[in-house]
Amino acid sequence: MAKDFELIEHTADVGIMAYGADVKEAFVNTARGMFSLIVELESIREVEHRDIEVTAPDEESLLAAWLNELICLFDAENMLFSRFEIREFEDTSLRARAYGETVDSSRHKLKVGIKAATYHMLEVDRNDGGRVQVLFDV
Amino acid sequence: MSAPWKQVLNRVNDYCWEIPASYKEGMRVPGRIYASEAMLEHIWQDQVFQQVANVAFLPGIVPYSMAMPDVHWGYGFPIGGVAATRVSDGVVSPGGVGFDINCGVRLLRTSLTAEEVGPRIEKLITELYNNVPSGLGSRGRLRVSEKELDEVMVKGGAWAAENGYGDAEDVETTEDSGCIRGANPGKVSAKAKQRGIPQLGTLGSGNHFLEVERVSEIFDHETARVMGIDEIGQVLVLIHCGSRGLGHQVCTDYVALLGRVVQKYGISIPDRQLACAPIQSPEGKAYLEAMACAANYAWANRQCILHWVRESLIGVFSKSRREMGLEQVYDVAHNIAKIETHTVNGKRLDVCVHRKGATRAFPAGHPDVPEAYREIGQPVLIPGDMGRGSYIALGTEEAMRTTFGSTCHGAGRIQSRAAAKRSQRGADVARVLADKGITVKAGSMGGLAEEASEAYKDVDEVVDITHQAGISRRIVRAVPMGVVKG
Repeated sequence: MAKDFELIEHTADVGIMAYGADVKEAFVNTARGMFSLIVELESIREVEHRDIEVTAPDEESLLAAWLNELICLFDAENMLFSRFEIREFEDTSLRARAYGETVDSSRHKLKVGIKAATYHMLEVDRNDGGRVQVLFDV
Repeated sequence: MSAPWKQVLNRVNDYCWEIPASYKEGMRVPGRIYASEAMLEHIWQDQVFQQVANVAFLPGIVPYSMAMPDVHWGYGFPIGGVAATRVSDGVVSPGGVGFDINCGVRLLRTSLTAEEVGPRIEKLITELYNNVPSGLGSRGRLRVSEKELDEVMVKGGAWAAENGYGDAEDVETTEDSGCIRGANPGKVSAKAKQRGIPQLGTLGSGNHFLEVERVSEIFDHETARVMGIDEIGQVLVLIHCGSRGLGHQVCTDYVALLGRVVQKYGISIPDRQLACAPIQSPEGKAYLEAMACAANYAWANRQCILHWVRESLIGVFSKSRREMGLEQVYDVAHNIAKIETHTVNGKRLDVCVHRKGATRAFPAGHPDVPEAYREIGQPVLIPGDMGRGSYIALGTEEAMRTTFGSTCHGAGRIQSRAAAKRSQRGADVARVLADKGITVKAGSMGGLAEEASEAYKDVDEVVDITHQAGISRRIVRAVPMGVVKG
């Protein structure tokens, strides 16, 4: 089976290319890929959840908005997530629930900080299921 | 076969190369890259030409889209990019400042020598590591309310000084006296404030650091003396950090907002990360007011950290601040947009100078250079990587004439973080540094490997080009003794 996501190298930053049966699943896999940059996904327990709602003018912006919302929850509330359920998914809006826990420095070895998801190289491709690409500022 | 870039670039002189406006349809002005011929090969491979060309699309840009010698592939703008746009009809682009608004560098001098500090360097680095919160997810020692945060965002460095972190002299020797006027906390989102409150007074992670260094070379003794630097071996402390999550969120919010209005203003951009709005539009003004808040927060942040650095030195050496001469040399921003007046084609013009990984470098006599340095020019602080060195340079008239008073900001990456980690392990990097006599304390070993010397251009080469090109004048070189990495 193909990978859910893979890393894209960039001189200063790092990106994720994610795949799915459809774009919605690719959005989920991008979020997993992003948190895998921050910490080992296996180390995140499902203790609590956050409900997320984002809107944007188009699909690409929606991808950036979705990831930036998660980055904000990590940065402001120290939340790490490993599982995501996108419950409603339109071209310009989504509602989701993210499962995880707050950082516990005794168990979580944080790797890299992510400042934001950028619009540079941002892509949402519906061909062949779903494939999306995003570059982060780290 | 001749190098591919030779078909694109026109040589202006040995250190400056032009990308003609015909390179890409939509460029309003040519691009100019400050680099040696030897550096161009790498710059070509790194997609920098495309990004310099893309920035030349911005409405109101005059007279070139520029790149400093430390330039490398960024997202949207190249890192090391300088772009000035007319205030009257040009645009402001949050991507031209970046996510870490007013990431910058502050330098503290001491009268201590390397012989005195050397035997206690481990203790000092440990003390700094303990006193200055650093690393991913770290929380500050300060507890500010939302109302106090508003004050921080309006007053900047002066807020910290008024609250017992440093003093008025520190504020005076800070770019813009540590405060961009016109900051409006009402234009900063609740999310940005939520990220900013717990992070005030933290170093952060990634490439941010505290470095204890010793002067290794003085190129102009008389001028160095004006900055309080007298001898080889004198110990300095360099602080590198920015506006933390608050700045990141301000940029995130405004790239999204401005991305929604580019069409309304009939602007065509080749990369969505270059989202922009007219400086005179409500959206453009709102961004500049929010950016000022983040910039001021960063200056307050570095001011607090400076205070803890002083406390750490006082603790380790049991001497007073005065006995050790712990005075600030200067503080520069390297991710910022500023409204400044420059001469363009012989006329005075108000422009918005975007410096994305570039440093202001104003000459002697400029009214924005603090009194203490009015006769020599504005100090420019250029950190290298952990293993090599850093420089103090000065702004010049040539920079004023050709680069809107701007120069490089560091060494510039040449290797991706993943590639750096593959080729070096954090533990090995620590050992190599230890062999050089450099003590390192890092929050994460992976993070350490990402910042290995090999991942960067040689800062000596970069600074040599800015010196030869005349856009800043090199005065002092220092080498690291100990580093705290976020």
